Amino acid sequence: MTPTKSLHSRRQFFRKVKSDVMVGLTVLATVVAVAPLFLVLGYLISKGAASVNWNFFTKMPAPVGQPGGGMANAIVGTFELVGLACLFGVPIGVAAGIYLAENRGGVLAQAIRFSADVMMGVPTIVVGIFCYAIVVRPFGGFSTLAGAIALAVIMIPLVTRTAEEMILLVPHELREAALALGVPRWRTSLLIVARTAASGIATGVILAIARVAGETAPLLFTAFGNRFWSTSLFQPISSLTMQVYTYAISPFADWQRQAWAGALVLTVIVLALEFGVRWLTRGAAQVAR
Amino acid sequence: MADNKMSTRDLRAYFHKVEALHGVTLGFAANRVTAIIGPSGCGKSTLVRCLNRMHEVVPGASCTGQVLLDGEDIYAPAVDPVQVRRRVGMVFQKPTPFPTMSIEDNVAAGLKLNGIAVSRAERDRIVEESLRRAALWDEVKDRLKRPGASLSGGQQQRLCVARALAVEPEVLLMDEPCSALDPISTARIEELLLELKENFTIIIVTHNMQQAARCSDFTAFMYAGDLIEFGETRQIFTTPARRETEDYITGRFG
Ligand SMILES: Nc1ncnc2c1ncn2[C@@H]1O[C@H](COP(=O)(O)OP(=O)(O)OP(=O)(O)O)[C@@H](O)[C@H]1O
Ligand SMILES: [Mg+2]
Repeated sequence: MTPTKSLHSRRQFFRKVKSDVMVGLTVLATVVAVAPLFLVLGYLISKGAASVNWNFFTKMPAPVGQPGGGMANAIVGTFELVGLACLFGVPIGVAAGIYLAENRGGVLAQAIRFSADVMMGVPTIVVGIFCYAIVVRPFGGFSTLAGAIALAVIMIPLVTRTAEEMILLVPHELREAALALGVPRWRTSLLIVARTAASGIATGVILAIARVAGETAPLLFTAFGNRFWSTSLFQPISSLTMQVYTYAISPFADWQRQAWAGALVLTVIVLALEFGVRWLTRGAAQVAR
Repeated sequence: MADNKMSTRDLRAYFHKVEALHGVTLGFAANRVTAIIGPSGCGKSTLVRCLNRMHEVVPGASCTGQVLLDGEDIYAPAVDPVQVRRRVGMVFQKPTPFPTMSIEDNVAAGLKLNGIAVSRAERDRIVEESLRRAALWDEVKDRLKRPGASLSGGQQQRLCVARALAVEPEVLLMDEPCSALDPISTARIEELLLELKENFTIIIVTHNMQQAARCSDFTAFMYAGDLIEFGETRQIFTTPARRETEDYITGRFG
C-alpha cells in the first residue's frame, strides 16, 4: 500500500506545480494584454494633460508661432461628423438588423448578412476613397456631408450585426405572445421585439460611435479638415483625429503639444463611451431576462 | 352540434413534411370548458395553435382541413389571421409578460399595440375589469406602474390571462396554463375558468387529470396525433369507451 500512496501524492504534487505554472502564465498573458492600454493612457496623460485647458476646448487654432489657441473647431467637427453619421447610419443599421433577424434564412437576408460581414473587414481608408469617388467628386468638393457619409458607411454594418444579434436574443415566446393578441407581425417586430432589444441595440450603436469617432483616414478623403470655423454641411470641416494628424506631423513643438492634448481628449471621449456601454448593459441583463 | 363555438374538420397539421395531427374532427361547445388531455408529444399544443392560426407562425408549419369559428372557416383565403387571433385569445404554458412594460401596460398591450385609441378613463376601466376577471386586481391595484416581470410566476400567468381578456376575445385557448404554478395559483386559475366560461368559450390543454376532471365540461383524449375519444368529462373519466383512454387516465401509460 505504501508505494501506491507515495506515487499518488507525487502525482498530486506535479499536478499542483503544473496548475500553478499555468495560472502564472495566464496572469502574465493578461498583464501583457492590458499593459498597452495603461501605457498608452499614461503616456498620453504625461504628454498631453499639460496642454488640456479651457482654451483648448474654446479657442480656435492659433497661427504658427503664436502661442495658445485650441481645437474648438475640431471638437465641434468631430461631434458634427459623428452625429450626422448616426443620423444616417443608425436608422439604416437598425432597420437592416431587424430585417435580418426577421428573415433569418431568406436569400436576400443571407446576402445582406454576408455583405455586412465583408464591409466590416474593408479597410476604412478604402471606404474613404469610395466616398471620395461617389460623393466628393460628383458634388464638387470636400464636405462635412461627405465625411459623415463615410463614417455612416463604416457604422452601418456594425450596427446591423449587433442589432440582429440582440434581437435574436429576445425570447421567441414574447413574439408569440404578441402575435396571439392579434398584433400584426410588423408591429410585433417593432414594438415588442425590437423594443425589448433596445438597450442591447443602443450598446451596439455606442460601440459603433466609439469606433468611428477615432477614424482619420476616411475623413482625409471626404471632410478633409479645416483650420477655420465651419458649420456648413457643404464645406470641409475638421475633426479631432485629422487635427491631431496635421499637428503631430508638423515641425512645431507648440503644435505637437496640442496634438498630444487632442489625442488625450479623443481617447477620453472613446473610453467614456465604452464605460457608458458598461453602465447601460448592467441594466440590460435583467431586461432581457 | 349547433351550439359549437368552434369546430375542426379533418384537421391535419404538418411540420415541414411530417404530419403531427392526423385528421382531427372535434367540436367545442360555446360557454363551456373543453379539456384536451394526452401524453406528451401527442399534438395537443399543435391542435390548439391551429385554432387561432398560431401554428403557421412556426417556420415550415402548415395545416389542411377546416377550422370553423361561428360556422366560418378561419383558413378561408380571405381571412386575416390577425383578426382570428383577436377573436381567439391564447395563454401560453410559460408566463410571458412583456418585460419593457408595467403591469397596466401589459394588460392594455393588446389595445396599444394594435393602435386602438381609447380614452384614458376607458383604458383604466378595461385594465381594471380585465384584472378583476383574472382574479389579480386586489393583488396589484396598488402597483399598476411596476414592471410586469416583478410579479410572481402565478401572478404573471394571471396577468397574461388579463392581457388576453382585455382584447375581448370570444374563445380563450390555454396551453397548460398551470404547469409552472404552485397549487394555490393553480386553484385560482381553475376558479377563474369557472367564472370565465360565463362569457367565453374555453379550451384548455392540461397534463393534470384532476384538473381536467374538476373544471372541464368536455374532454378530448389525444394520442399520437389522433383524437381517440371525446365526450362529457364525467363520462370520459368514469366510463371511457376506449381502452387507451382508460389506461391513460388511470395512469397506466403516458
Ligand atoms: N417546431 C416543431 N418542429 C417540428 N416538429 C414539432 C415542432 N413542434 C412540435 N413538433 C412535433 O409535433 C408533435 C406534436 O407536438 P405538440 O407540441 O403538439 O405535443 P403536445 O401534445 O403539446 O406535447 P406536450 O404535452 O409535451 O406539450 C410532436 O411529435 C413533436 O415532435
Ligand atoms: Mg404542448
